[in-house]
Amino acid sequence: MHSKQEHKLKVFWLQGLTCNGNAHSFLNLDYLGELLEKTEFLQHPLLPSKYALSEMAECKTGCDVLIFEGAYDPSLKRAGVFVDKILRHYAKNAKYIIAVGTCASFGGIFKATSPQTNSGILFNEAEKNGPLQEYNAKIINLSGCPVHPEWLGFTLNMIIDRRKIVLDEEHRPQELYSSLVHHGCTRNEYFEWKVDANHFGEKEGCLFYKQGCRAPMTHGSCNTILWNGVNSKTRSGTPCFGCTESDFPRTNLFETKTNMSIPADAPVGVPKRAYLTVTGIAKTFHIKRLEEPLIDYKNNT
Amino acid sequence: MARTTKEERKNGIISAALELFSENGFYITTIPDIAKKVGMSVGNFYNYFSSKDILAKELIMYISEYLGKNIRAINESDISTQEKIEKIVSMYFDTAKERPEMIEYFLRVYLSNREVFKDGCEGMICVSPFITEMMIFFEKGVASGELHDQDFFSAFGLFMGYLGGMVFLYGEKILPEPLDDYKQSISENIYNALKTRT
Ligand code: SF4
Ligand code: SF4
Repeated sequence: MHSKQEHKLKVFWLQGLTCNGNAHSFLNLDYLGELLEKTEFLQHPLLPSKYALSEMAECKTGCDVLIFEGAYDPSLKRAGVFVDKILRHYAKNAKYIIAVGTCASFGGIFKATSPQTNSGILFNEAEKNGPLQEYNAKIINLSGCPVHPEWLGFTLNMIIDRRKIVLDEEHRPQELYSSLVHHGCTRNEYFEWKVDANHFGEKEGCLFYKQGCRAPMTHGSCNTILWNGVNSKTRSGTPCFGCTESDFPRTNLFETKTNMSIPADAPVGVPKRAYLTVTGIAKTFHIKRLEEPLIDYKNNT
Repeated sequence: MARTTKEERKNGIISAALELFSENGFYITTIPDIAKKVGMSVGNFYNYFSSKDILAKELIMYISEYLGKNIRAINESDISTQEKIEKIVSMYFDTAKERPEMIEYFLRVYLSNREVFKDGCEGMICVSPFITEMMIFFEKGVASGELHDQDFFSAFGLFMGYLGGMVFLYGEKILPEPLDDYKQSISENIYNALKTRT
């Protein structure tokens, strides 16, 4: 019993400037119980922990995995100690440092309020000039606002199983972030034929042109690893805001930026000229099945 | 005498057909007329185009590609939007003078006989190389801050409607001055109508 305890992964969840969203999101992990068998939270803001935050802030112990939530702010204190000091102490001997959420990864919402001082721990938006440069090699960014619980669960399990985690240029696990949120959206056929949804929550239509859906430009697996195993924004009829990207939050989240009604950004990897040609042609098709409520469609031709 | 290739003969048919269609209209022009003009038998003509409707669609795609290619070169050059407008106007008017049948066909056959193009040429399918380049032109113009943002078709209609109208007047010999004399003022008018409002 005692020896088994020793093998548990020691995790310290430290908070910077945050809304707590990532800590809460993690509580929704459906295999949280199993994961907790294999991990020991030295400190977590919501879960039962071995130490109080004030004890951790004394910087007398170490952890295997340091999870940092929220934006980095050099003037912020926790338990009376500068977060910067706590962060650097634990970062030094941790095997992995995980930035959970877009604030910790790129600065996110809190960077928007104070861009001169706040940033992610490794990145400041797309620039790699955050405070933990020297630990570059062990930092994993799990962006998302909040992070998808399964993405954190997956990453912790990979670490427990000693598997190699391949990262993209922005230090996000490729396994989770190489596809676009657009993949797996149930509205793909509407996207192809350029049939727009006119209202939030409609079952039919694509949210790209009229509601500002960013999923074709956003890396993440929201539509293939569903939230709570059941749903995603676009499936329920809400546009993706692109919360996993370094430029989040952009302004006008419910609008697709257009110039002369032409989208300013084409989907990732699609040359704009080719995109416009295909779009122009697709728009001229009228597919009855896609233009009326699906439930009313009768194939009587 | 060097033998003409299939491609060259096809181009010969395209030129002859464009001239006949734009002069006499789509319905009056017959396949024997076109075959006669290029000096081939009617039977041989069908080796190239299996029907008059198919030929009609190929012609509009040919024109659209021609215009698209020229506008693309302008789009890709490193000049201001105002200069691009001058170049597009100039290119369009030059085409109207040197190959009037192309513009005539566009105005008199493609836009006036929509029924011929309803199957297989729906919407923008047959003119997409041209429309795509105009979209790129407008999008870049707005993105660079030179043109004001508005609906694509409002801007497109203003630009092309104006050029089409002038070429029409020119074709009808109503314009008192040579077409070239209007390039400058027309480019200015278009730019003034589309530019960012302060
Ligand atoms: S709603 Fe968004 S994710 Fe779904 S098809 Fe449209 S653009 Fe793609
Ligand atoms: S769907 Fe888009 S906005 Fe929503 S969580 Fe996923 S990446 Fe973020």
